[in-house]
Amino acid sequence: MQAVYQRPESLKDVETHYCAGCGHGIVHRLIAEIVDELGIRERTVGIAPVGCAVLGYDYFNFDVSEAAHGRTPAVATGMKRARPDLIVFSYQGDGDLAAIGTAEIIHAGNRGENITVVFVNNGVYGMTGGQMAPTTLEGQVTKTTPRGRMADDVGAPLKVPEMLAVCDRTAFLARCALNSPKNIRAAKRALKKAFQYQVEGKGFSLVELLSPCPTYWGVEPLDALKWIEEKVIPRYPLGVIKDAGTQETP
Amino acid sequence: MAKNDGNGARSERILMCGNEAMAEAAIAAGCRCYFGYPITPQNEVTAYMAKRMPEVGGVFLQSESELAAVNMVFGASAVGARAMTSSSSPGISLKQEGISYLAGCELPAVIANVMRGGPGLGGIGPSQSDYFQATRGGGHGDYRHVVLAASAVQELVDLTIEAFDIADRYRNPVLVLSDGVLGQMMEPVVIPEHAETHEPEKPWALTGCKGREPQWIKSLYLNEHDLERHNQKLQAKYAQMECDEVRYDTRQIEDADVVLVAFGMVARICRSVVRVLRERGVRAGLFRPIAVWPFPYEALRATRERAQAYLVVEMNAGQMVEDVRLAIEGRRPVEFYGRTGGVVMEVEEVVAEVEKLLVREGVS
Repeated sequence: MQAVYQRPESLKDVETHYCAGCGHGIVHRLIAEIVDELGIRERTVGIAPVGCAVLGYDYFNFDVSEAAHGRTPAVATGMKRARPDLIVFSYQGDGDLAAIGTAEIIHAGNRGENITVVFVNNGVYGMTGGQMAPTTLEGQVTKTTPRGRMADDVGAPLKVPEMLAVCDRTAFLARCALNSPKNIRAAKRALKKAFQYQVEGKGFSLVELLSPCPTYWGVEPLDALKWIEEKVIPRYPLGVIKDAGTQETP
Repeated sequence: MAKNDGNGARSERILMCGNEAMAEAAIAAGCRCYFGYPITPQNEVTAYMAKRMPEVGGVFLQSESELAAVNMVFGASAVGARAMTSSSSPGISLKQEGISYLAGCELPAVIANVMRGGPGLGGIGPSQSDYFQATRGGGHGDYRHVVLAASAVQELVDLTIEAFDIADRYRNPVLVLSDGVLGQMMEPVVIPEHAETHEPEKPWALTGCKGREPQWIKSLYLNEHDLERHNQKLQAKYAQMECDEVRYDTRQIEDADVVLVAFGMVARICRSVVRVLRERGVRAGLFRPIAVWPFPYEALRATRERAQAYLVVEMNAGQMVEDVRLAIEGRRPVEFYGRTGGVVMEVEEVVAEVEKLLVREGVS
C-alpha cells in the first residue's frame, strides 16, 4: 500500500506538551514538512523562543538552539553571519517578538538578514499564564487586562508585518491564520516561500500565523477557531504584506 | 613590513593603542566574528574590527544594542565560530543577560570590558569598579568565568589570545578586563601573525545534523533534578578552573614587610610605588593577580609568612579587598587605598598611604 500521508522526517515521533487546540503543533508540522520538501534538514538550525514553544528541540528532528527572551533574531543573525551555508529560522511568539524583542526583530529585518522568522501570534502570553501581549485585541480580557485591553491605556494591537514593511531590506512578509484547512494550506505556501527565499539568498522573511490559544482565551478549541475568524482576522488582515523577492536588482 | 622569526610569529614591534591591539590579538587568535556596539572608551575596538574583519574574511557587525551584540556572539558561538564582543561598563551590564546564557548553555566567547567609572552612566575615565560584577557572576544564576586583567598593552594582547583558548577549553565565556587608560595608551607590541592557539574540535556545535543525530544548545531544564545535575556539572567545571587557571605576578615580595596588592593599570602604578619605597629603605613588594577570577588565594596567603601588612590599591571603593582579606584570613592587617570616578592615583599618594600604614602597624 502506498503511504499518502506520514510523519515528516523533520518531526520527532513524541508526545506533545501543548494544550488541546493550540496552534503550535500545526506550525511545527508545517515547518517540518517544508524542511523535508526543500531537502534542507541537514543544514537547518532552528531557534526556539522563550514561551510555549521553548521545548521546540523536543519536537524538531534537526539542530535547535534556545535564545534569551526576544533575542532570537540576534542569535539567528550571529549564526547566519558565521555560517551562511546554514538555513536558520527563528520561531517566536507575540511576547517574544512584539514586546521584549521589538528592537531585535526590526533591526534584523532592516539589515535584511537572510533568515526566516516564524511568528506565532495568539494574542496572549501562554507560558507565563495568559497575560496581555502587544497583539492582544482591544477589549480582550487577559490576566493583566482584567477589564479588557484598552488602547488609551496600553496602546493598540501591534501589526508586526506592516511595521516591518517600511524597512527597505525586508523581502517577504505575510500573515496567515491556522483556523481552517484552507487557511492552513495558505500558511504552508507562505512559510515555504519564506524558507525558499532564504535558500535563494533573497533576504529577510517573516510569516505571522494567527494561532488559537483556547486555554487563555477561555474558550473551547472549536470556538477558538471561530474567534480567529470573527475577531482576530478583521483586526489582522490576511495576505502577503510585502514581497520584494520577485523584483530584479537593477 | 612584518618580519617573520621563522616560527610563524611576527617579530616586529609596532606602536598600537590597547583597544586596537586587543582587536588585532583577537584576529590573531582566530576570532572571525566580532559583534559590537559603540561606547566610550572602547570605540577603537569597533572601528578597528570594522576595517580589519573584512580583510581577513571575518564578520564585523555593529549591532543595535549591547543585548543584540552579545546574543549575536551567542549565535556565532553556537555554530562553532570563535566570537567576541567588547564594551565598557554600562554596556557590560546589558551584556550580562547574554553572558549568563552563554555560561548556562556552555558556549565559549570572549567579552572585553574596557572599564569606565560608574555607577549608572558615570563618566568615561578609567576605573576598576566592575570588579564585583566581573568576578561574582554579574548575570543571574550560579555561574563563573575566568577574568583576565591586563596591565600593559602587550599583556592585553597575550591575554586576549589566551582568553580564546580558555573559553574553548571549558566551553565557557571568558572576560578580559581593560580600562580607559589601557585602552587608549599606545605602547610597542608584538602581535603574533598566526598565534599558536588551541581551538579544539567542536562536535557540540549546531552545524546541521548531516551525518549525525540532531542536537541542541539549551540551558532550560524544567525538571528540578535535571537542572541541579546541570548545575553540578557546571560547578565541577568551575572548580577545575579554580585549580588550573590561577595567574598572578609578584615583584620583590620575597623580603617584603609590606605587600601592595593591585591588578590591571593600578599594578603598574604600584610598581613605581615599590621602587620609590625601596629607595627610601622600605621593604615593599607587589602582588598582582592576573586572573582576578579565579583569585590567587593560596599564593597570596603564602606571602603572609613574611609580610607584616597589606595595602590593596584599586580604582574603586575597595572591591578586591574582600578577596585579599579572604586570602589573609585576618592574620595580618589589610588596608585599602583607592580613587573612584575615573581619577588615577599618583605614585606619591600611594607611597604616603604605605608610610602611614607602616607607622600605624609599628613596622620600621
